[in-house]
Amino acid sequence: MSNGGGSYNAQNDSRAGSTGEPDLGTEPTGGFFSADYKKHDDLKQMLDSNKDNLKLEAMKRIVGMVAKGKDASDLFAAVVKNVVSKNIEVKKLVYVYLVRYAEEQQDLALLSIATFQRALKDPNQLIRASALRVLSSIRVPVIVPIMMLALKDSVVDMSPYVRKTAAHAIPKLYSLDPEQKDQLIQVIEKLLADKTTLVVGSAVMAFEELCPDRVDLIHKNYRKLCNLLVDVEEWGQVVIINMLTRYARTQFLDPNQQDVIADEDKNFYGDEDEKDSEEEEEDEEKEKTPPKKPYMMDPDHRLLLRNTKPLLQSRNAAVVMAVAQLYHHIAPKSEVGLVAKALVRLLRSHREIQHVVLSNVATLTTIRKVRGMFEPYLKSFFVRPSDPIHVRTLKLEILTNLATETSISTILREFQTYVTSSDKDFVAATIQAIGRCASSISEVTETCLNGLVGLLSNRNEYVVAESVVVIKKLLQMQPDSHSEIIQHMAKLADTITVPMARASILWMVGEYSDRVPKIAPDLLRKMAKNFINEEDIVKLQILNLAAKLCITNPKQTKLLCQYVLNLAKYDQNYDIRDRARFIRQLVSPAGEKGALGKHAKKIFLASKPAPVLDSSFKDRDQWQLGSLSHMINQQASGYSPLPDFPAAAPDPTVRNVEVPMPWAEKTHKKKAGKPKKEAFYSDEEEESESESDSEESSSSSSESGSESESEDDSKSESGSDKDKKSDEEAESSSSSSSESESSSESESDSESESEPDTKPQKKAPPPKTKSSTKPKKEAKQEVSLLDLDDKIKENGDSIPSQAHDEKTDHTLLDTEVDVSSTSAPVPAPASALDVLSPSLASDLQGLSINDKTDTAISVTTPMFVSTTSHELLHRMTGEGLSANYRFTRGTCIYSTSMVPVELTFTNHTDSPVSNIRIGDKKLQAGMTLQEFPEIPSLPGGGSMSVSIGIDFKDTIQPANFQICTQDRKYNVSIKPPVGELFQAVTMSEADFTAQQSKLTGMNENSGKVSIPSQHNNSKTITARMSELANVAPVSSSQDGIYRFAGKTVSGGTLLLITVKVGEDNSASITVNCELMAICSMLVKEVKQKLSLA
Amino acid sequence: MIHSLFMINSAGDIFMEKHWKSVISRSVCDYFFEEQQKANSPEDVNPVISTPHHYLIHIYRENIYFVAVCTTEVPPLFVIEFLHRVVDTFTDYFGDGGESAIKDNYVIVYELLEEMLDNGFPLATESNILKELIKPPNILRTVVNTVTGSSNLADTLPTGQLSNVPWRRAGVKYTNNEAYFDVIEEIDAIIDKQGSTVFADIQGVIDCCVKLSGMPDLTLSFMNPRILDDVSFHPCVRFKRWEAERVLSFVPPDGNFRLISYHVGSQNMVAIPVYVKPNISFREGGGRFDVTVGPKQTMGKMVESVVITCAMPKVVLNMNLTPTQGTYTFDPVAKVLTWDVGKINPQKLPNLRGNISLQSGSPPPESNPAISVQFKIQQMAVSGLKVNRLDMYGEVSKSSPKKSFTFEKYKPFKGVKYLTKAGNFQVRT
Repeated sequence: MSNGGGSYNAQNDSRAGSTGEPDLGTEPTGGFFSADYKKHDDLKQMLDSNKDNLKLEAMKRIVGMVAKGKDASDLFAAVVKNVVSKNIEVKKLVYVYLVRYAEEQQDLALLSIATFQRALKDPNQLIRASALRVLSSIRVPVIVPIMMLALKDSVVDMSPYVRKTAAHAIPKLYSLDPEQKDQLIQVIEKLLADKTTLVVGSAVMAFEELCPDRVDLIHKNYRKLCNLLVDVEEWGQVVIINMLTRYARTQFLDPNQQDVIADEDKNFYGDEDEKDSEEEEEDEEKEKTPPKKPYMMDPDHRLLLRNTKPLLQSRNAAVVMAVAQLYHHIAPKSEVGLVAKALVRLLRSHREIQHVVLSNVATLTTIRKVRGMFEPYLKSFFVRPSDPIHVRTLKLEILTNLATETSISTILREFQTYVTSSDKDFVAATIQAIGRCASSISEVTETCLNGLVGLLSNRNEYVVAESVVVIKKLLQMQPDSHSEIIQHMAKLADTITVPMARASILWMVGEYSDRVPKIAPDLLRKMAKNFINEEDIVKLQILNLAAKLCITNPKQTKLLCQYVLNLAKYDQNYDIRDRARFIRQLVSPAGEKGALGKHAKKIFLASKPAPVLDSSFKDRDQWQLGSLSHMINQQASGYSPLPDFPAAAPDPTVRNVEVPMPWAEKTHKKKAGKPKKEAFYSDEEEESESESDSEESSSSSSESGSESESEDDSKSESGSDKDKKSDEEAESSSSSSSESESSSESESDSESESEPDTKPQKKAPPPKTKSSTKPKKEAKQEVSLLDLDDKIKENGDSIPSQAHDEKTDHTLLDTEVDVSSTSAPVPAPASALDVLSPSLASDLQGLSINDKTDTAISVTTPMFVSTTSHELLHRMTGEGLSANYRFTRGTCIYSTSMVPVELTFTNHTDSPVSNIRIGDKKLQAGMTLQEFPEIPSLPGGGSMSVSIGIDFKDTIQPANFQICTQDRKYNVSIKPPVGELFQAVTMSEADFTAQQSKLTGMNENSGKVSIPSQHNNSKTITARMSELANVAPVSSSQDGIYRFAGKTVSGGTLLLITVKVGEDNSASITVNCELMAICSMLVKEVKQKLSLA
Repeated sequence: MIHSLFMINSAGDIFMEKHWKSVISRSVCDYFFEEQQKANSPEDVNPVISTPHHYLIHIYRENIYFVAVCTTEVPPLFVIEFLHRVVDTFTDYFGDGGESAIKDNYVIVYELLEEMLDNGFPLATESNILKELIKPPNILRTVVNTVTGSSNLADTLPTGQLSNVPWRRAGVKYTNNEAYFDVIEEIDAIIDKQGSTVFADIQGVIDCCVKLSGMPDLTLSFMNPRILDDVSFHPCVRFKRWEAERVLSFVPPDGNFRLISYHVGSQNMVAIPVYVKPNISFREGGGRFDVTVGPKQTMGKMVESVVITCAMPKVVLNMNLTPTQGTYTFDPVAKVLTWDVGKINPQKLPNLRGNISLQSGSPPPESNPAISVQFKIQQMAVSGLKVNRLDMYGEVSKSSPKKSFTFEKYKPFKGVKYLTKAGNFQVRT
């Protein structure tokens, strides 16, 4: 108990009984193993006991062993039993142990799996999370399927914490079984769509580990990530920023190269940019508008830069560095300067952080263009005696890089103090730095050289040696008129002992021997005397000197040269022997002059290029700043180089998020044709559609997600209002005017947003219903189709767009027929309406505040709106007044639980009918009906549509009520077809299946039907289903399975329809809904509908 | 990301290891030891070491090397920053992050490491959250735990992870509600031989101790916010309000935390509060040492806790000095002279003088050692920064009684303290 794992306890726990110092890391070896065995038995006993504190004690000691890296694997069986312990701490420690040893004891580890599976269903999120964490950390390949299941459950968990843990589990699972990659990528896709700040960081981390090249997964989430970035926890920020840097490099144009852009383009994009940035500004709560650039930057590019800027203020150095590298790699050069201040701030931090930041700054300062940004902070890079050596060298490097004509004097003065430092390496580095400054700034070369020569008389030999080396390099650049320095240095050869310095002197004297003709041979003489005692590097230079002198001054030195060569011939080092042989052949060939001998002078005395003194950080520019590879200046495993900017920007619209936007329909509505112009429909349709498409994309690109629906409604109403006014105008002008209105509307929108409450109050006279419903009706159709269009985009072309086109024609034709046959519409007298309509608009705005949130299941616009009217009141019964009703499938303006029904009254007589209203209602219990405001008068031959709302309480019980005119009452009844009780909703396939699995047994109803082969295609089935009921198709990953989802208008009960088409045109229909009656009815109707020839 | 962590003490023992992925043999540390051999001092070891299969990134704190092992590309600062956060957490939990504290609390350390990192990626690093998950030890609890056998884990699992304010736990309750703000400024300076300033810089922080019930929303405003040139914030500070109004608006974490650190613009002249007149000379076999300290621009405040340290050259054998005030020590092994001056009395300037004896035979050093100075000035922020007021959103106020109903009604005690000290203050001689 006194050694091994127990040693921690010796300190911790007086009962352990050990008195001496803990013997960490220095175990007595004698008898260790036997003691170990005994102790383990002891631990096993404790683990088997039923006392929690004994178990805890044992576990603590075991963890102590694990912590020290001691083998505790033989306790596995005893420990794993305790995974079921109720005591949280015991459990936790068991988890720690399991994660460590499960890999080694796979079979036994399986015993614990059941516990985790149970814990995954625990109501406490933290227990679920930790179960998932441990389960995924156990590296046992057998349980991959179990992990996969757990993971899939967890990514849809309510708790963001669990989802975060799930994100962390993805790379673990991947490393265990890379074959799961595809499935895991799907999971990542789901997690990336998460809007919780807690989750996105980890999701991106998983993305980076698994599939960093799947840029397509990022497109849709790009803007969300940018906007959430500030609120994400710091570690997530680093990962996201690094990922977005790479993303930006693939998706945006290089901001520093693009200068020429056609004017036309500029304007076009410029507008959009302006508009966009306006929208974004809102999100940003009025940040400064970006300064106008001569080149065009993608608004998304700008968004990224703007949203990362505040993070320069982070307390986390890693975040600051990440932003700095982002700016360095993707921002226009003019803006990179921002980061300097933040980077300099980091220099106050821990020394390790300083080291990393400085080496990145050193790289930045080698780049001429951005060097300037650090100049104001020059003094921050002054070296302090307390700096560790690696920090000092980096600071020197930076100071040298930053040296300019103006700052050089300050820097040199600083360098002078460094030279007196007691640290030899640092002094050497400083002298080299002085040399570099001298070579790069010609003004100070002379000064530096003098300074360095001054250092030659320094008492410290290292200083002198280093100076000699540096002076040699400098002289090589401008050897003229420096013979006195060379003389001086030649004298130094007597005293100096550092080989490198001696070699430098010899080389120099040899190279410029013509300037010191007297000294050179003398030097060679001295050297020759001492040749055998020199270092190799010096010997080589002596040979060199001898050869050169022999060529220039053979009279005096020929013999000396021979002597040296002879000495070298028998040297121990073969390099020197080689060199001697080589030189001998050149200078004094044995036989006749060799061919090479003629050129000996050229060979030895060629003018040599001056060395370039460059920063050692020059080549680090190739690495991504702030990366590990940059630090170690070699490619770390897993490093992927930053791609270059593309030559042409990829499609920027991929980032447009296409959420079903109820307000989108309003814009289309305005473009819908007038009933009057029926004849032109087919022509127009195309035009209006293309218009609306572009509108759609632009509106969604500028989509900020903050507009409330009330405003949209007002927009729409004023739009239709506009329609009325411009009724008589030409089609084109009407559509264009409404378009301009819509754009102005969207702008005013943002302004009014701040005070949405006050708006309805300002203008709210009682509702008037005399709006012309006819255009609205048309619009609705248009809308549904366009939404379908959206959906197609969303579903990744699951329905060919051609099909959609055909469908458009089809329904429009239908409309034409219907309209002409049933309700020959006559515009209502404009007089009263024009006055009333504006107030109506605002009225409706206040009424229909619909707080649909962006949950996974969201109400969408209907796929199809029936144009068929049902008769409510026959004109015979109604004595000339007829009424039809139609289900518009929109959202009821009166209440969200009501089914909107449109009533169209037509007066078939010549005299006006006045005071049309709803009288007594005989409704089933619970049902409610919202009346339309009284129609004061309907002129002879005139027709008018109003809308009412009926809450059917999700039954198909008819709503009975009276329609009253001035003098008569007629009993009428509306019986809803079962399909009209629903609202279409969108949901993901996964949600669908998840929901479906909850609605089984009694709530499931199925049937079989054979579909006529000519109709057995997705288009017809989808169309028929949406005709039948107000449901929306759910994207399906499998062929032959069609899924539709809706929910009841009143109760919000989910309805799920699955049509599975088999091979022989037979289809099985499954309907899941809590309302069993509706379930069975729907199955019947679906069967009928699909089997229609 | 981070694969494993090894803790190595100054003796070179790997006394703790933790693996977040599969186990990496501790022999990987041999590469580290190799680097360590080359370095002159523990600080000089390169923080990032590349080995054939692993990358070792380490920090050196509290005389311990925390060596993280990575296998793939990872931003080095990410790892370094995280390791520092780990040590900060230890310090927060155990009072100090040294070896003995870690060994004493190895179970808690292990649990903390388990929570802070999942698969090598940081999970929970906020001290507030961690304290919810794992209770810090204290003497009373240790006693109680030993007697009852209960543990230091939270009994009820926290909900903090779910709150919108990740750095603050819900349901904080205090009988005494108080909020203290310490404005601490440090002067970094390099003074040359002639006494002129080569470089001077003011760095400041505001450390807070906030113990307020509920979810208080605080606003701290300054009289002169413009002098703050560069600021970094605790994540709780709303950046946009700072940008727009130059006020600090935040929901504080519970307890101690650093609200902001700032840098005062270099265009402001920095008042140097003390001067040092050194007179050091060496000759063969010995030398003279004479240093006088005096107040310079102190704005009428007393300069306290003045400590002068000087790392003498290696050839210095001993020093025989007489201080006019305070005490001095000379460590003959590390060759460091420390003079604890205490308060500076402007009437009678402190002075330390005497003889230096050098090793016989060795040449006298050519350069004089640099002197570093420590001091403190209470009740003054040298930059002139002043806190204007602290408002608590939700306090009962007459103008807007409506606001207060969701908040707990209490009047907190508020206090601001100023302190100026020397940061990296060195005098070249």
